[in-house]
Amino acid sequence: MADDDDRVFKALADPTRRFLLDRLFARDGRTLTELESELEMTRFGVMKHLRVLEEAGLVVARRSGREKLHFLNPVPIRLIHDRWIDKYTERRVSALTDLKSELEGTA
Amino acid sequence: MTTMTETGVTTQVYRVFIKATPEAIWDAITDPDFNQRYGYRGRSEYDLRPCGAFRADASPEMQAMGMPEHLLDGEVVEADPPRRLVQTWRVLWDPEMTAEGFTRLTWEIVEGDAGIATLTVTHELDAAPKVARQVAGDVPEAGGGWSWILSDLKTLLETGAPLAG
Repeated sequence: MADDDDRVFKALADPTRRFLLDRLFARDGRTLTELESELEMTRFGVMKHLRVLEEAGLVVARRSGREKLHFLNPVPIRLIHDRWIDKYTERRVSALTDLKSELEGTA
Repeated sequence: MTTMTETGVTTQVYRVFIKATPEAIWDAITDPDFNQRYGYRGRSEYDLRPCGAFRADASPEMQAMGMPEHLLDGEVVEADPPRRLVQTWRVLWDPEMTAEGFTRLTWEIVEGDAGIATLTVTHELDAAPKVARQVAGDVPEAGGGWSWILSDLKTLLETGAPLAG
């Protein structure tokens, strides 16, 4: 859905949010306090960024006992890969195949 | 999406939004006629009651490529259609992964606005580092793990056709 893609691209357009995703990629399942300790930003600021990432589906928060842990969800990035990256690379490949056929006079 | 960490978090969480009813998503997971149409194309059978058997078998194409007949086994822990399925899940195609034992898998389906439901898959992978790499899609030439399976499931439910390949 187009709305989903918009939210993902918007979430990825911010360097702080990309930094948070990279931190979760390095070590997943972190609390807000842990993530906050790696950023020069107020707790409220980090919460706001996490909220945008959650709305885009890039981060999923789960309760574990008394803690709220944040997990990186790679599925939206996979979907963008499947819908966009694959599409354009395939076309480039077929364009080259067509060119080859044409040059070789088999088209 | 993680492997063993300092804090011992070995859980992986995957979430996908799907324009489908919870019932359709439930069937796509549990109905063998449906679940062999996406992901690795294995056929999964569930006996949907506590302690009921779970088994996934390789398709003839996969067996022709050298995979064993039985790919996965496990047990149903909790089945609450069409909202929640908890099961154990063990790899059978690789002796090292089989030795890591049963992991725990939770499927949660939540109905949302505008006919869009949320499917969340939580895979608890304690003491199963090789399985964790496999399902995270970190093993070369071994498919894309849960991200790829769920992406394919979404595509199949929304368009009626799976991703190519």
